[in-house]
Amino acid sequence: MHLPSTEPRRSIYYKYRVYPAHVPSSPNETDAKRVVIVGGGPVGLTAALDLARYGVPCVLLESEQQVSEGSRAIVFTRRSMEILQQVGVADRISERGLPWRNGNSFYRGERVFRMEAPHDPDDRFYPMINLQQQYLEEYLVDAAMANPLIEVRWGNRVVQVEQAKDRVYLQVDTPEGPYQLEADWVVAADGARSPIRTAMNLQMEGASYEGRFVIADIRIDLDLPTERLAFFDPVWNPGNTVLMHREPGNIWRIDYQLPADETPEEALAPESLKARINAQLAMIGVENREWEMDWCSVYSARALTLPDYIHGRVIFTGDAAHMLPIFGVRGANTGWQDCHDLIWKLAFQVRGWAGDKLLPSYSAERVNAAREIIDEASKSTRFMTPPTHGFRLLRDATLSLSLKHEFVRPLFHWRTSRPHEYGDSLLNCRGDDNALFRRGPADGAQLANVHLGEQGFLFDHLGASFYLMYFTEGDAIPADILAEVNTVRARGIPFRIVAIRRNGSGEMPGADLVFGDADGRFWAKYGISTGGGAYLVRPDQHVCARWVTLAADRLNAAIRTALGN
Amino acid sequence: MKTLSVHDLEQVYDALALAMDQATPSKSELFLVKLALLAAHEIGDARRFQSLAESALQDL
Repeated sequence: MHLPSTEPRRSIYYKYRVYPAHVPSSPNETDAKRVVIVGGGPVGLTAALDLARYGVPCVLLESEQQVSEGSRAIVFTRRSMEILQQVGVADRISERGLPWRNGNSFYRGERVFRMEAPHDPDDRFYPMINLQQQYLEEYLVDAAMANPLIEVRWGNRVVQVEQAKDRVYLQVDTPEGPYQLEADWVVAADGARSPIRTAMNLQMEGASYEGRFVIADIRIDLDLPTERLAFFDPVWNPGNTVLMHREPGNIWRIDYQLPADETPEEALAPESLKARINAQLAMIGVENREWEMDWCSVYSARALTLPDYIHGRVIFTGDAAHMLPIFGVRGANTGWQDCHDLIWKLAFQVRGWAGDKLLPSYSAERVNAAREIIDEASKSTRFMTPPTHGFRLLRDATLSLSLKHEFVRPLFHWRTSRPHEYGDSLLNCRGDDNALFRRGPADGAQLANVHLGEQGFLFDHLGASFYLMYFTEGDAIPADILAEVNTVRARGIPFRIVAIRRNGSGEMPGADLVFGDADGRFWAKYGISTGGGAYLVRPDQHVCARWVTLAADRLNAAIRTALGN
Repeated sequence: MKTLSVHDLEQVYDALALAMDQATPSKSELFLVKLALLAAHEIGDARRFQSLAESALQDL
């Protein structure tokens, strides 16, 4: 019997709601579904909402009956917000969240490096926004529970997974005992400790680092802007690193490394936490100010990934597929990119639109992304938690030099989560004009957002569909191109044509959406100089082909490739 | 490539010895790493620096 707590979790700022558990109607209940998503965290919930956009229903199993304990993931990137905009929760996050773009590094009381993340007028969202994970999950839960295609089953824990003949058989335990659930596909979004990954005995590759960190959330009134603060080698914690982030509601995240010989239990003892937090506050000049603890935890830095995310009919995504160091906000932000890459492919598979190579390309694209992240993160981690005597010496020498020498300061800037480019993807067209472009997103790269004036931003208009972005000086989409698109649409595949017209405005025969570009800014950003150029864009907003001059037969070949044929 | 005269080398020899003493034994390692980073920045050639590091590793 699985009995999750029905007591609301304790928090000084967040009011937890306990959702009723789903229980089987009879002990022998067997239920058959097309897609089951396991895990109701940020990634599982987003996956369910994303899937529903393609008309694919799912059941989502969450073992607890309330949202996450503590603030956990608190920094969300622009790319994450663009994905969350697609599933309809970005506005609520923007309403409560705190956007920011600056990071500061301090050593011996001096600010030795200040990072300013670029913020282009063409971007709707800030480089980063801070919000506690409970709120984020609440917004996703509200959207999922209001969606007729999603059935959220609270208090349901998967205890067994078996696969046979293109089916997955799950044994699910509930507060009133177990039941069986069959599925065509299972999406495992069950987190870093993924019980499904463990049950299937899958091994991850990569490294664990020695450093362990305490995360503590306190409520305190501090007159500081929303920026990342990193303190290296502070007097009260010599040789280690301390991070501070503002969260909404006067909550501050303090994050510090433990001395090597200390256990997590010792580190989380109230007197130890109190002394260290007071020492950190004293260091930034705050003394005798009241503060209250909300939540604390210990984590260790790991950089591990499964070498393959698809195992039969079980597909891993987010932390269940990889564990990444949180320096550089790589947890949830990587997870959303995973699920956004996966879901359109899974939906196309379920709807019968996918070629054989479409779904496997999820694993290829995202395992590559995870390996890039592991490589980048290991550079950050080597600085934050030096693994050897040599790395520690170099870190200390860099800190010491940074007080007077500019050239070492960029070493403080740890790389943050970014959108990954799928330049090697099998879905990219090979016979297109990609190499002839001097500007604009290349094949495999994420589409670039564009501010359209009164029409908002380009991404505001995008949805669960392929897009042909057609740059034209004419008055209509050419008939042979339209005919080609219509043969794709005849199969039911969502496919829209966006015209970006250099002259004139208003509707255009054949185009589903029209943007006027009188000043040529949109054209220039996409590297287009003459009419007839085009971009083919996947439903996850990554480019898969582009042409200086599009012709119908070239479009046909690119669409076939993009569908995984 | 410019090289040091014996006279200049002797100057470097003395300056380094005195600086090491000034850094004190507990900080001499840190001092040397700082010096190496500053020298690498002046040399402006990562491959050249790596080959110098390999030379220094010999016959330890």
